[in-house]
Amino acid sequence: MSKDYAVIGKNVPKIDGREKATGAAKYAGDLKFPNMLFGKILTSPHAHAKILSIDTSEAEKLPGVKAVITHKDVPALKYGISPARWDENIFCIDKVRFVGDKVAAVACIDEETCYKALKLIKVEYEVLPAVLDALHAMDEGAPQVHDEYPRNINTEIHQNFGDLDKAMAEAHYIRKDYFVGQRTYQSPIEPHSAVSIWKDNKLTIYSSTQSPHYFQYYIAREFGLKMGDVRIIKPFVGGGFGGKLEPTGLEFAGSVLSKLTGRPVRTFYDRHEMFAHNRGRHKVYMELTTGVDKEGKILGVHANFVSDGGAYTSLGVATSYYAGGLLTLTYEFENYKFDMIRVYTNLPACGAQRGHGAPQPKYAFESHLDNIAKDLGIDPLEIRLRNARQPNTVTINDFGINSCELTACLEKAADISGWREKKGNLPKGRGIGIATGSFVSGAGYPIYRNDLPQSAAMIKVHEDGTAATLYTGAVDIGQGSDTALCQMAAEAMGYRYENMKIIAADTETTPHDFGAYSSRQTLMSGSACKQAGEEIKKQILDIASTIMSLPPDDLDCRLGIIFSKSRPTAKTITFEEAARRFFVLRGPLLGRGVYHVPRLGGTFKGAAVATSPAYSFCAQISEVQIDEETGEVDVCEVWDVHDCGQVINPMQLHGQVHGALYMGVGEAIWEEVLFDDQGKILNPNLGGYMLPTALDMPIVHSELVESYEPAGPWGVKEVGEGATNPTMGCFNNAIYDAMGVRIDSLPLTYEKVWRAMKEKREGKKEV
Amino acid sequence: MSQVITDKHGIQHYMITINVNGDDYTRVVKANTLLVNVLRDELDLTGTKKGCELGDCGSCTILLENKPVDSCMILAIEADGKKITTIEGIAESSELDKVQEAFINNGAIQCGYCTPGMIISAKALLTRNPHPNEKEVREAIAGNLCRCTGFVNIVKAVLKVSEETNDKEVISNE
Repeated sequence: MSKDYAVIGKNVPKIDGREKATGAAKYAGDLKFPNMLFGKILTSPHAHAKILSIDTSEAEKLPGVKAVITHKDVPALKYGISPARWDENIFCIDKVRFVGDKVAAVACIDEETCYKALKLIKVEYEVLPAVLDALHAMDEGAPQVHDEYPRNINTEIHQNFGDLDKAMAEAHYIRKDYFVGQRTYQSPIEPHSAVSIWKDNKLTIYSSTQSPHYFQYYIAREFGLKMGDVRIIKPFVGGGFGGKLEPTGLEFAGSVLSKLTGRPVRTFYDRHEMFAHNRGRHKVYMELTTGVDKEGKILGVHANFVSDGGAYTSLGVATSYYAGGLLTLTYEFENYKFDMIRVYTNLPACGAQRGHGAPQPKYAFESHLDNIAKDLGIDPLEIRLRNARQPNTVTINDFGINSCELTACLEKAADISGWREKKGNLPKGRGIGIATGSFVSGAGYPIYRNDLPQSAAMIKVHEDGTAATLYTGAVDIGQGSDTALCQMAAEAMGYRYENMKIIAADTETTPHDFGAYSSRQTLMSGSACKQAGEEIKKQILDIASTIMSLPPDDLDCRLGIIFSKSRPTAKTITFEEAARRFFVLRGPLLGRGVYHVPRLGGTFKGAAVATSPAYSFCAQISEVQIDEETGEVDVCEVWDVHDCGQVINPMQLHGQVHGALYMGVGEAIWEEVLFDDQGKILNPNLGGYMLPTALDMPIVHSELVESYEPAGPWGVKEVGEGATNPTMGCFNNAIYDAMGVRIDSLPLTYEKVWRAMKEKREGKKEV
Repeated sequence: MSQVITDKHGIQHYMITINVNGDDYTRVVKANTLLVNVLRDELDLTGTKKGCELGDCGSCTILLENKPVDSCMILAIEADGKKITTIEGIAESSELDKVQEAFINNGAIQCGYCTPGMIISAKALLTRNPHPNEKEVREAIAGNLCRCTGFVNIVKAVLKVSEETNDKEVISNE
């Protein structure tokens, strides 16, 4: 970042650091209102069953129970987040579709009464055969999860770019590989919570949300309310990672319970219920066929995927398009076929998890590419350099790439990890692997069709100029957008970060923004904040010119000091002085900004998904040590080199890389949601679903390459999700380098490594 | 043993007195009331978070008689007569504790939900071992899950406190 900047490019203290460090920060589950009730949802114990009857009479009689509701008390309108497939009801009407599906809810004076009341609701079920295996969901005669979707097909994609048959015919070498991913769950440490207050025809919800806008839109739609009568407020949010993007039963049921009782209702999931609500990563079955020339240059790729979507769509339509769409980013090839089917099963619904749709296909492709490199005798680094995406190119599926320093990322990762010295020279049991990643800097189109700008912002300068408040709909869920956006606003204003205040993510007081997903806010919300700041600066310099008797063009403002550009000795004045004068003479000093994405992408079906104004790139190298006795995978060190454009806050930026990488580490080796043969989750807790602890995390080196993205404010682009994408493939390639075994399913558990080594020893399987 | 009061439904309630952040609080609780719920619901000390209520995540870590424990794993009646420190009381004055400061300055906080428990565990470690090595830091916070940071900057922050603590200070604190 250029030294000319006064506020951006610097490690300013996190704007909410003190509140969070002292325990003062209030999350949705910490909020308390006078006369507040507690609400809980009764869920299905069966994976697939007809509801024959629901008897709530006993529950209603229990002292302390204030309301009991079922499908009869709520709108029957189906909702969802992907508008192409609205398929959920607030409560199931005629049947339940997974263990955890919503059946009824209660509002009570305390939590304990809720649990007692839930036990008193009698639901009579007729258990139906369930579809638990995605690969058999399409079979003739398989049970139907939704009547409207024959053969349980939720999303079907067939895309064809270039001439794959010709490319394969001309290829020097063709290889086909098959990989299987796994179900993972975001597992934010803060469980979902909401407080709903429906009073005097106005509905206010405090919720742990990644997008007040989508909550407002979908909740207003469900209840037939005007959007202006629904207010969504985001308190502090304890992590989202994609799982808090859509409204849940907590908001829908909580709203109705509040309306019926006339009291605020706090609804919440416990850890088990979070796993059941899910919306985590899809398990994808991935077949890849690639043709290359003699030098390993990729000529054509066929990706043929099936994914297990669970019982509802959630964001799964987009996930499916992302799964194949993003595969064209890191390596250049001109012929591509992408087939994908997302099926319904009687399991919890899957959605968008950090790296949306990309990490598992990337694991498969990076492992597949290493297989090809080995078959051709090419170094894994070299084959990636030969195919690496270059700047100012367009992918075969019509994504425009501006900045791209993938080659520099690969070279730098190789240098800092000692790749060239280590590759082939490590002792047995120790290996080094490489992989690349890329991600959008904000989705080019909103989730439901509309023409709203992506982001808007306002700044109001305090009357005496000693503070300025940024009003933004952008959503800080921990990634630090409140801090970065205040830095950007202050930079544009010529003001000090220390004097910035922020009001964010409240649909009534802040201007529109789509929220925290698809790594969009630094680029998109940042653009709006920059524009708002520039509007303030223009006005402040205009008033200053009358005070200083100098032309406004000759003035500038930096860190709150207004000075003459041409006359360094001229007397300066302060921002405060000018701002105060402005208010006295002209009224409130306000700045406004708005950001629209230019029209992006091609015209084929699904062309909108994975478009973005800019794409990030990264290379990862890891070194692992394998215990030959036990198969234990010890990841010793990881080097991540990111091309994320210019940097607003280096400390926060590297923190994003660490976190994205951490999620990749967990998914690579330990994390998997497991089910029994009845569709019940076997490990719905943080003891059984193993997030890596501080002891499991490898040494991480996060480095950057110089890059400037013309589509982003001050040259910025994505950083929050990209580092999740290469990790699983990177580790798999390192394991291969260490032991010569290829693990073709995730997670890369010790047991799988041990079995693969055993099979190799016994000569059963050759890769 | 705490005083027992039986209500009209025959349910027994217990009168307990706990010392929280230096002050005594007397409350009537049920036999199954968790300490974390007394702190959050009765005393409004919501800095102590609930992430799992199973002792897995460490978000509800407090100091009980100066030892870090998951307050969701302790019954309120077990804490009767005991001294408790929560995140709200970790700093001795209105200033921040050095651990809190180091967390802020080293990027150890993202969403902040694990932060109170993490700071308590780090504080407990540094009190008993002012100069831990990296492995000791990782062991001390292994019971506190963080989903945002990969622990990288948390470990860095704790080591930073150790670096900046001179031994004279340690002795005077003791």
